[in-house]
Amino acid sequence: MGVAKYIKNEKDAVEEVIYQSGIRVKPVYGPKDLEAAGFDYDADLADPGEYPFTRSLHPMGYRSRAWTTRQYTGFGTPEETNKRFKLMISHGQTGLNVAFDLPTQMGYDSDHPLAMGEVGRVGMAVDSLRDFETAFAGIPLDRIGSGLTINAVATIMLAMYQAVAEKFGFPKEKISATPQNDILKEMIGRGAWIFPVKPAVRLVGDSIEYAVKELPRCNPVSICGYHIRESGATPAQEIGFAFEIARAYIENVQARGLSASDFVGRFSFNLNVYGNLWEQVSKFRAARKLWAKMLKEDYGVTEKKKMFLRGLFGGGGSGLTKEQPENNIMRGAYYALAAALTGAQTTALCSFDEAYTIPTPRAALLSLRTLEILMEEVGLRDTVDPLAGSYFVETITLEMEAKIREEMERVRGIGGVVDAIDNGTIHRILSKQAYEYEKGLQNGEYVKVGLNKYTEGDSGEQTEVDLHEHNEEWVEKQQAGLSELKRTRHNEAVKTSLQALEKAAKGNDNVMPYLVDCCRNYATVGEMAGVFRDVFGEWAEPAIF
Amino acid sequence: MGEKKIRILLAKPGLDGHDRGAKIVALALRDAGMEVIYTGLHQSLDKIVHAAIQESVDVIGLSIMSGAHLPIARRLLEMMETEGMKDVRVVVGGVIPGRDIPVLEEMGVTGVFPGGTTFDEIVSKIYGAFDMEPPKLFKKTG
Repeated sequence: MGVAKYIKNEKDAVEEVIYQSGIRVKPVYGPKDLEAAGFDYDADLADPGEYPFTRSLHPMGYRSRAWTTRQYTGFGTPEETNKRFKLMISHGQTGLNVAFDLPTQMGYDSDHPLAMGEVGRVGMAVDSLRDFETAFAGIPLDRIGSGLTINAVATIMLAMYQAVAEKFGFPKEKISATPQNDILKEMIGRGAWIFPVKPAVRLVGDSIEYAVKELPRCNPVSICGYHIRESGATPAQEIGFAFEIARAYIENVQARGLSASDFVGRFSFNLNVYGNLWEQVSKFRAARKLWAKMLKEDYGVTEKKKMFLRGLFGGGGSGLTKEQPENNIMRGAYYALAAALTGAQTTALCSFDEAYTIPTPRAALLSLRTLEILMEEVGLRDTVDPLAGSYFVETITLEMEAKIREEMERVRGIGGVVDAIDNGTIHRILSKQAYEYEKGLQNGEYVKVGLNKYTEGDSGEQTEVDLHEHNEEWVEKQQAGLSELKRTRHNEAVKTSLQALEKAAKGNDNVMPYLVDCCRNYATVGEMAGVFRDVFGEWAEPAIF
Repeated sequence: MGEKKIRILLAKPGLDGHDRGAKIVALALRDAGMEVIYTGLHQSLDKIVHAAIQESVDVIGLSIMSGAHLPIARRLLEMMETEGMKDVRVVVGGVIPGRDIPVLEEMGVTGVFPGGTTFDEIVSKIYGAFDMEPPKLFKKTG
């Protein structure tokens, strides 16, 4: 049933339950299980807000503050995106989560041949600062934080965010941006990578270093177990691989003479809620604890707040089905429950129609309402860490911690995460697991309601959901705007700032101030990324077999 | 085609990088006895057509999640016609709304496999296109 293995006897009673991470679940738990696992309240849990933060980052959890909801938004042109931002803010959303179209994510302008058919399709098209000026018009950038879902060219978008804030009169010290900026996970899953591994990690390091010095409220990197999980990882691998990726970024920035304490407090995480409820619950609790321990033990971080595993627990995309899509609304609610039960700081849900299309406004609003009902009607704000002390939950949280550690050691055993990504070892592990799971779904080993069980009522005809419309007029408008920009901007200044950027990229200077300069002069994303393409080249993807 | 194995080029055209589907289908087709060549991400149609000729494949499989399946498939078929690749079949998988399936089929796409299509359906469609009997690998066990 679900994602776990359930072995039944001839009377249909469940004899064995094995979670994806390899945890075997007993039918009954009691005090002896905690004793056998060596459970120690102070060392393993401690009070909420106390190291190692297994229970909660804050002493009062949701009593002091409900979670932040951050549905992923971004459509077509900057104008459309701006309208959607304002709609979501008026519905009570407290942070933005910006989606970019693929050409922007891949560092191509809207008029590039490879952008054909993709402009404004899966998010907003951004060619230059002018587009940011439109998208963020009227948004109080000193109060509303923005997640920028972009990786390979995250440095460019962070620079552009600073430039647009300055333009609107918000000092850079006040703005709060969280570019996703986790290029290593992009190479494992999601695939919007451009440059080879080494310069790609350097760019992440540049943005972290710059944020430490210049953008005190920005979180320069959001490490995504999320996509690793979506690519076929177990929950233990999701966390283990993500932490090893974090280690690669930490060590890159340490090599510049900063100490981990100077910047790890700015890291945030994006973790997946999809899967077995209890396995997810133990994953989030164990992850909070392990992250704090890793920072303390391996990197000498001592300040509490800098050891927090902050971030978004949400999404759940790979749990959704195309069949009987309304079922996804219920799935989303239960996935979000796992996040709420473990004190997620920030959340967002995939919308029920995402197996078909970019979420329609109705579906995106339903996701937001699901999260609001959970927080405001059901009782999730009543007490901090309601599951603490459960014989079952505490036992498997300890087991999950051990499984995550095993995965971390495994990665280090095969040469570290950077090499394991560069040579394809991690890809091959995950593709094989994804394939085995898919086979299990198709032969009925794993139950998926409406897909391989309880399919009655689905006559085989597709339930039609409304589709998000892609508007060709937007594309023309975007391209026309770009060519007008290129005619009217100060092209000499663009050229000079791009040359300075090239010099920085070839040498060891941090590229960020040069990018901010390019953005201010209305250099395009394609021009800036083009400089990096020339200097760094592109990654050669490893073979899959 | 007798004893010959079906050769298929699986490709991710365009900029989308969601390749879980393409990779697991590649593994499934290999287990089903085909020779699978996977192009990797971010392929231009030029590169795909070139690789298909170079590898003398029988089938080109496109995996498209971004919603751009109609213009991409149309363009590929035009390019194949120009190259005289009339024996090469095209199949398309990914996030494909139901209403676009007949449109793709009318264009000349041999098989359309939206999310949720089983390995069996994909394998038998491809073998069927060459009047070959598919191996029974992925059937439900119970």
